[in-house]
Parts: sequence; C-alpha cells; structure tokens
Amino acid sequence: MDGVDLSIAEAEFLALLGPNGAGKTTLVEMIEGLQKPDSGEILIMNRHWKGNETYLRRHLGISLQETRFIDKLTTTETLRLFASFYGIGEERIAEILELIRLQDKRKAYTVNLSGGQRQRLAIGIALMNSPSVLLLDEPTSGLDPNSRREIWDILLHLKKNQHTTMILTTHYMDEASFLCDKIVIMDKGKILAEGTLEELLTRNQSDEIIEFNLEGNPEDLNLKNITWLRKMNWDADRKKVTLFVTKILQALPQILEKTSSGKYKIMGLECRKMTLDDLFISLTGRRLID
Amino acid sequence: MLQLILIHFREFIREPGIIFWSVIFPIAMAWVLGIAFSKQSELIQQVVLIENIQEQYPPLREFLNNSKLIKKEIYGENVSCFEKTLASDKLGKTSYRFISTNWDHGILLLKRGQVNLILKEYPDSLQYFFDPVNPQAKTAFILLTSAINNEKLVYETATISPLTQKGNRYIDFLIPGLLALGAMNSLLWGISYALIEMRSKKLMRRMVATPMKKSEFLISFFVARLSIAIIEALILCTFAYFYFRISLQGSFLALATIFLAGNIAFSGLAILISSRTANSRIGTGLINLVTMPMMILSGIFFSYNNFPEFAIPIIQKMPLTMMADSIRAVFNEGSGIIQVASNSAILTGMGICCFLVGLKIYKWY
Repeated sequence: MDGVDLSIAEAEFLALLGPNGAGKTTLVEMIEGLQKPDSGEILIMNRHWKGNETYLRRHLGISLQETRFIDKLTTTETLRLFASFYGIGEERIAEILELIRLQDKRKAYTVNLSGGQRQRLAIGIALMNSPSVLLLDEPTSGLDPNSRREIWDILLHLKKNQHTTMILTTHYMDEASFLCDKIVIMDKGKILAEGTLEELLTRNQSDEIIEFNLEGNPEDLNLKNITWLRKMNWDADRKKVTLFVTKILQALPQILEKTSSGKYKIMGLECRKMTLDDLFISLTGRRLID
Repeated sequence: MLQLILIHFREFIREPGIIFWSVIFPIAMAWVLGIAFSKQSELIQQVVLIENIQEQYPPLREFLNNSKLIKKEIYGENVSCFEKTLASDKLGKTSYRFISTNWDHGILLLKRGQVNLILKEYPDSLQYFFDPVNPQAKTAFILLTSAINNEKLVYETATISPLTQKGNRYIDFLIPGLLALGAMNSLLWGISYALIEMRSKKLMRRMVATPMKKSEFLISFFVARLSIAIIEALILCTFAYFYFRISLQGSFLALATIFLAGNIAFSGLAILISSRTANSRIGTGLINLVTMPMMILSGIFFSYNNFPEFAIPIIQKMPLTMMADSIRAVFNEGSGIIQVASNSAILTGMGICCFLVGLKIYKWY
C-alpha cells in the first residue's frame, strides 16, 4: 500500500477495481484485520482493531478470495459450524440457505458443490451474522456468466433490503459499474481515482470514443488536426484507431470527410461513451484484464 | 465448541480411508505380528556351498549324505540345493539348506540377503565367509558347525522351559507398543496434518476472521483426537483380549494416566509442528521427521536394548518410548500410578511446553 486514503460511508457499496497485483486483497485484508499495515490507521465503525477485535469480528462479514471448506461436511453443517461462532440458531441458517439459493444442496458435501455454489456458500457464511460491514474479495472471480449473475442477484438483494456497508474487490468493470455506488480504481498499491461511475467519467473530461479499424497508417490521414480531439491511440497489432473526443457530433463528420476519398478504408466504425475500461487505460496505459 | 468437535468426528466417520488406517490397520498389524512370533515355525538356515568336485570336506559330505536334493527358483535357474532337517525336542526343527553354486553367484545371494554365510570346502577344513557383526550370520555359523561336527547344542544338564504365560510372550510386548504408536500417529497426523491443510485451504484464516475463540479451536482438536485415540485403543485392546488373551495386570488408573499424558505430549508436539507451515508437503516431511525416528528407535516392535549403549538413555527419553514403556509396565508388570507418575509428568510437561511455544509462534492468518 502506498499512501492509501479512503473513506466509505454507511450503507455504501464500494468497488475496489484493479488488475491482479493492484493491492486490492492486501487493502481488504488490512480492513478485515487479517494483515497489519506498517503504518497508518484503519477505523471501522469508528473503532480501531486494537482492543475491539471481538466487537469488530461480530459486526464484520467476510468472504475471502478462494476459501475452501471441509470436504466431507455438508452445506448445512458448514453453515452451522460458522453460526456456532456467533451463537446463531437454526432459523438464521434456513434463512441463509434460502438467500444463497442452496436449499436443494443443503445435504451435499461441500466438495461436491460447483465453483459458483461454493462461492455462494462463502457469501452465506459472510452474511450469517447480518453484518454491518460486508467485505467480498473477488466473489465472482473465475465463475461462468450464470454463476456471476446469481451472485450479483444476491448482492443486489442485499443492497435493496439491508442497511449493509459493502466493499467488493473485482477486476471486472461491468461488475463494479453494475453493482456499486462508488468505484475506487487501484494499481500498484495506489488509489488512482475514486468516485461514482459518472463522477469518474465526467472528471476525465467526459470523453467520448470513436473507434475504427484502418488499413494504412493513421499518420497519413492527419487525424491529429481534427478539432475536439483530445487524445489518439493507435493499436498497430489490431490496426485499431481510438480517438478520445470531447464533442462527438462535431468530430465525426471531419473523420468521415478525411476518409471519403476512398484511399483509406475504414471498417467497424463505433461511437460510444467512455467506459471504465477506457478510463483505466488512460490512467495506467494498460488494460484491466490482460 | 461442540460444532468444532463434531467436524472432526464427521470427517473421521465419512472417510473410509481414515477408518482403515486408524482402526483396521493396527489390528491387522497386531494379528500378523502376533501370529508370526507366537507360532513356532521351522528355522531354516540358508548357506551357499561353493561348488568344487576336486576338494571336498568328508565330515560335510557325510552330513549331506541323506539330504534331499531340491530345486528352488528363488536362488536362480539350475541351482541345486541340499536340504537336511534336524529335529530337537528342546529347540524344535532346524533345516539346513546348502545352495550349491559358484563364488560370484554366492556373493550375489549374500548381497540380496537370501543367505548369511558362504561355505568353501578343502579336504581337511571348511572356510566360512560371513559378516561377524551380523547376528543372524553368527547364529547360522554356530548352528552349522555344531550340526556338521555332530555336536550337541543342548546338553542334558541344560533344561529349556518355554515362557508362554501372559506377560512374557512377544504379543504382550507388542500390544502396549502398538497402543502408544497408535496414539502418536492419531494425534500427530490427525492434528498437525488437519491444521496444515486448513491453513493451506485458507479455512483457518476464514475461521479466525469470526469471533471464534482460538483456544477453543485448538482444544477441539485435542478433545476430538483424544476421543478417537481412546476408541482406537479400546478396539485394539478388545481384539487383543479376545484373540491373544491379553489382560491388564496393573492399575487401570495408571493406564489412563499414562495414556492421557502421552496424548497431551503428542498434541503439544502436533501444534508445534503445524505452527508455521501452510504447505502440506512440508508438513508431511515435518511429521515424518518426528514420527519416523520414534517408530524405529522406541522399541515398539523389538526391544531398543539392541541399540548401542550410548543411545539407550536418549531413546528412553523419547516421548513414544516413555509412553510405550509405561503402558508395557502397567500391562505386563502390574505397575500402578506411582510407577508411571514420573513418565506421565514429563510427558504432560513436554506437551504443555510444546503447546505454549507452538501457540507463541502460531501463524493464524
């Protein structure tokens, strides 16, 4: 971690977005009290970890990256084990089973659950104590689209119906933008940008993107002369031109005019709003998922 | 706490492999070794006789006069063996098997452990080749020379009284050792391996991220493994009682005390072994590093008194030796609580020390 300064409001759903090795897990585990920072301080619900461990453990819900359970325990037995640490009874276990949609797997050994089901079980355990703060470390990493969607549904349900503060780490743009109120972009242990999706995009001059494939050299087209152009990227491997423009309606006719002679063939012309992916590239010079 | 204890029992019951290794295997081992060493079997002395038609030693030829000519594939193709059996009402039957072959093949058989001795004939003498440090070779030499020279091994003035009553048989020596060995394996593998695996799966990290009490977590391992070790010991004792008629000659309280102390010692050791590593292969190596020397040296299968004299005081201080010796004393010598008090106290103290050190350096996250 390098000079991380971050605050999360009560009932806010925050995404820590960054590629592998960005420091998301380290930051989350520091918040969870599983790693100690060399310096600085962490306050959760206005309490430090020191002297408040039992209180904070009672109020935090945690889903670690890639937790495996005891192979020959059933789903219910695993939930019951964790429930016993909080002094929680059978009623809540039944509620959790319903919430994570594993009622039909309640007697299945955890070793026989699919990746998505295991991840739902991990979330169920994290929700066991009805936590005030829920920390989810890459809950959908490595899952197929259906399983990801099922987990999103659970998290959206929580967002709507509970008053839980949630922190989620992910390297999926769509996950962060779909689920979370606030996004923090991280790389190499630093926070590069934070805010709502709109704020992040607006703060970056509200760029719009014109993208197309080009046969030939973009230098010859003199695209840099286009008014309202802020930045141009040329991906020589994919022969793709990406233009970051501030006024798309004025910029587009100029491009079409430059290519109308037929000397330069353009294909797959696409106009769109700037995405988190584009923002990440403009901030770090690399893609989120390489 | 109850749920933590229950997970161990559920794992134990639901894994057929664990039941085999912890219940059936010790019984099978006791049965095989008990049978092997309690039934008097024919003693076979196998020696290589170097083929030499020109030079023969007459007394040996006379001895081999009415021997049987047999073929045994295990010594090689077309190798002839002469076998002669001598019976003694005091020592039982002894068969002498002479494998007639050349020097190079004889050395090969010796290297493979199929024979302990090579014999070369001269017209007026016999030459014996063997390792004098090897006790089996020495026995073969003594038996063979007396047999060839037609000397008596047991004179009329010597009487041999077989000791087969309770407490003196090999099985009486073996069963207490197996009880101690079973407890060691159950505790060290059951606790250390499970803890290391939980750490490597990040399950331990997940569990300590709840309000679970760390002490309860570790105590649950001890309680569950102690209960399982008691069940395993009871099954082995029941088998030994009904099959070999072994019964406790000393006090039950003494047996319970030393058994509990041994379990405390091995639990502490298990916590210490598993305190740092999250790699199950390193864990397996560490557990083997602790268990293997004790299995070999602690006199579980055979007395440790055959080891060099300087090593015996060290061997006697090993936890498995202390536990096995004390259980043996309770079973076979009628020892009571006073006789096992010292070993029990040392084992308990050792267990507590290992536990405290392990806890101090324990890697929870």
